[in-house]
Amino acid sequence: MNTIEETFHTQRAFVAYFCAGDGGNDYSIEAALALEKGGVNILELGVPFSDPVADGFVIQEAAQRSLSGGTNLSDVLAIAQEIRKQSSIPIILFSYYNPLLQGGEAFYKAASQAGVNGILVVDLPPEEAGTHRLYLERYQLSGIFLVTPSTPSQRLEELGNAGAGFIYYVCRKGTTGVKTDLPSDYEEEIIRLKKYISLPIATGFGISTKEQAARALAGKADGFVVGSAFVRAMGEKASSEELCQLAQSLDPR
Amino acid sequence: MITSLAEVSPEKKASLFQRQFGRFGGCYMPELLLQSLEQLLEDYSRLKDDNSFQEKLKQTLCHYAGRPTPLTEVKRFSQAISGPKVYLKREDLLHTGAHKLNNALGQCLLAQHTGKKRIIAETGAGQHGVATATACAYLGLDCVVYMGEVDIKRQAPNVKKMKLLGADVRSVFNGSATLKDAINEALRDWTNNFENTHYCLGSALGPHPYPQIVEDFQRVIGEEVQKQVIDYGFTQPDLLIACVGGGSNAIGLFAPFLENSQIQMVGVEAGGEGVDTSRHAARFATGRPGVLHGCYTYLLQNEDGQVLPTHSISAGLDYPAVGPHHAQLFEEGRVSYQAVTDKECLQAFRLLAQSEGIIPALESSHALAYLIKIAPQLAKDCRVVVNLSGSGQKDLPQVLPLLEKELS
Ligand SMILES: Cc1ncc(COP(=O)(O)O)c(C=O)c1O
Repeated sequence: MNTIEETFHTQRAFVAYFCAGDGGNDYSIEAALALEKGGVNILELGVPFSDPVADGFVIQEAAQRSLSGGTNLSDVLAIAQEIRKQSSIPIILFSYYNPLLQGGEAFYKAASQAGVNGILVVDLPPEEAGTHRLYLERYQLSGIFLVTPSTPSQRLEELGNAGAGFIYYVCRKGTTGVKTDLPSDYEEEIIRLKKYISLPIATGFGISTKEQAARALAGKADGFVVGSAFVRAMGEKASSEELCQLAQSLDPR
Repeated sequence: MITSLAEVSPEKKASLFQRQFGRFGGCYMPELLLQSLEQLLEDYSRLKDDNSFQEKLKQTLCHYAGRPTPLTEVKRFSQAISGPKVYLKREDLLHTGAHKLNNALGQCLLAQHTGKKRIIAETGAGQHGVATATACAYLGLDCVVYMGEVDIKRQAPNVKKMKLLGADVRSVFNGSATLKDAINEALRDWTNNFENTHYCLGSALGPHPYPQIVEDFQRVIGEEVQKQVIDYGFTQPDLLIACVGGGSNAIGLFAPFLENSQIQMVGVEAGGEGVDTSRHAARFATGRPGVLHGCYTYLLQNEDGQVLPTHSISAGLDYPAVGPHHAQLFEEGRVSYQAVTDKECLQAFRLLAQSEGIIPALESSHALAYLIKIAPQLAKDCRVVVNLSGSGQKDLPQVLPLLEKELS
């Protein structure tokens, strides 16, 4: 298995998000492998949640489809485990806090055993994350934290120190979704971030074209994240070939 | 080594993440909103001790909203249930017909003071939406209200009122299309517009500092009761009863009395079709602690932490979580939480109308229904204050067909 750190060392990261279980467990596994073939080198496996307040319509719908299809936490881990059997790509669980809280220590342990590398929790500021960080450390999982354009500089430094693997830069306000451009001050923001954060930085939220991805990297992010564009394609049951091609078509590296 | 961020910079973030309610509460929010919440906490802390702000709020509540609301002794109702002495705190007589205006005016004045011109709100029964739309019209602010499609259907009069008042009412189709989904959508709006927008949350729930802010603005209910009982010749009630949706009317009544251990308190949740079915919203009966909408509290959820759909005849109680202060009071045993069914609620609704000429909101009818249930066990000289949190005017289109069916 490749570590997150190694991945960023070798190449700038192309991070793909999709919602686990949307379209069935097997489809999630196929999709992960297809995306990897298309150039993706870090996988964010979304844990579907009933109340995804940070997500726009596309991912909300996917979570609802996945949950209606009966996806539970064991399914998510089974998917991760099967991907791990067939690939060494780093896997990060992208979740809201309540499922992890209810899953408790057993869940972190099982995630680690399934081959998960790290966990990102959208609604868990590090100040509330005492137990979460304890379990991450206990089971050698990386805690990925998020920063935003409105995060003050001092806090950037704190979050940079609290996190592991990489820092997820939410480059705009609002929810996840497909947007047409990056914010005009994106490059300056990355310069600000880099002053305070030594971990690699991956930019996400709204990236859905090769041009946006290119600008994200040219602005000196260490990676970029594509979510809703893949989720939308998967909602339309895109085939493995199509997903692979979609990934390739978005990859500016 | 795990160092908490609070340790790294003690003076900075500590306050937003300080637990207010034992192990409950907190601020579980996306990073994007933390700055706004911090700003809100700072602004609120300042205005809380600002005499001119407090005076303006007091004047507005008095001359615009109609405070103090009466405390009414209801002897015929008491007789009908062979019960104790019953006093109703008449929030139904507050402008717009429910306690929600206390909080909406407070928060909209706060927003005005801090230069926010756009207000967003969620609403279940529509009462908080109407209250916010009203406060915005009065103060000249823009108003957007998110409301679940299911609630839009069952609280039609309030939807029309909000529109008349100039609010932009946005229907929410996602999830269960009720209050929780309206909150989700309001939070999404806020992450897009926090620079110019205040989120006027309608109950004593959500991330810190909302539960505290809403409680403080609703506390006036209990403070008035403290004074009003004296007119009836006694110094303190024996028992307080209020319905608990998110918990704002209940905590507003309870808060000033909490220190006095002689006074018993009961919060009444929505038992829907029965707490042994899956169709209810009785968090304390079958829920367990979890995180929803930014706070750690009792929550109806499955094993995996997915939030469960709820049901209640009353839209205002149809919510899977409960304000964190109530979670603390529940675990400490300070307040007892009970559930009554839709059916019991309807009976209480009709009984109060017929015995006293007061039509209670379906939410408030839950508190009455619980009193009806325990009345025979209470001493005749026991003094019970029930929070009549709102008027049933908004419920008539929904309730009348149900009652007619029952009467025929
Ligand atoms: C009249 C009335 N009472 C009670 C409630 C429940 O809310 P809370 O528990 O915050 O008082 C509502 C909510 O809409 C309401 O309209």
